Amino acid sequence: MKKAYVPMLVVTALMFAVAPVLIARAPFETTMGLIQKIFYFHVPAAMLLFGSAFVCGISSGIFLFRRTPSADRVATAAAELTVLFGLIVLVTGPIWARKAWGVWWQWDARLTSSLLLWMMFVAYLLVRRYGGPGAEKLAGAMAIFGMANVPFVYVSVNYWRTLHPKTSVVPTLAPEMRGPFWFSVAAFILLYIVLLTARRYLEAQRARVEALHLALED
Amino acid sequence: MKQLLIVIALLLAAPMGAVAAAQPATQDDFVPAGSLPPAETLPAAPMVIAAYGFVWVAVLAYVGFLWRRLQKVEQELRDLERRVAER
Repeated sequence: MKKAYVPMLVVTALMFAVAPVLIARAPFETTMGLIQKIFYFHVPAAMLLFGSAFVCGISSGIFLFRRTPSADRVATAAAELTVLFGLIVLVTGPIWARKAWGVWWQWDARLTSSLLLWMMFVAYLLVRRYGGPGAEKLAGAMAIFGMANVPFVYVSVNYWRTLHPKTSVVPTLAPEMRGPFWFSVAAFILLYIVLLTARRYLEAQRARVEALHLALED
Repeated sequence: MKQLLIVIALLLAAPMGAVAAAQPATQDDFVPAGSLPPAETLPAAPMVIAAYGFVWVAVLAYVGFLWRRLQKVEQELRDLERRVAER
């Protein structure tokens, strides 16, 4: 992984440099016009919000049942990234909504449940930071609940009345919009892998510091 | 008892009012785009730039924050390894 890290970082940076050009060339959506271009970063960030919640939940499950420290490190890294990508979703969404719907925020099922999902992972980080001894187990359980919430957030647009577009938007995307969209998704996934690897490495180094502190105390 | 019920009713009504205020007003007729108030004819370009700008700023700020923490831990690790070696 160490060998592949720098090339992956370079490819991610290049993809993020190229993505705006492809997005600018993509056709305008009929009713929303230019503001719909937010879609190309908003949706990939939302996909990673969901994906990262799963990574955190599954890693937490492995940690809780098998007591594997490396799984706990992945869970901590993924929780932080869930908060980062969630923040991107919760900021870009309302900017788009202000122009498309005329309001910044609507207390509907999708928006409210997304906010709650994000808050769950903020709570995870707060528990890890200030929870004291045993906080990692409590936080792990919270992550599993957070992960379980993801499918409900995803399907909420299909079951409740909401201004938010339904889940059918991405599968039925026009061919000219498909290319830039999946390119952005790939760029975001690479960015996620790069950040997750770095953040997990930080946790591993912290564990080494802790072990050395203990060795010095003995 | 009656006063208590009034207080409870008022407390329950307050958030409902806030939620109702957050909903967009219903529109029964067509309004020509030219006669919309300035707030309703927001230009899209600054908003798209703001959204994309936020994504870049958030990611770069996170990378900077991560880098700073990593440098701090690496420094601490070097100090501790030196101290362990000196013992």
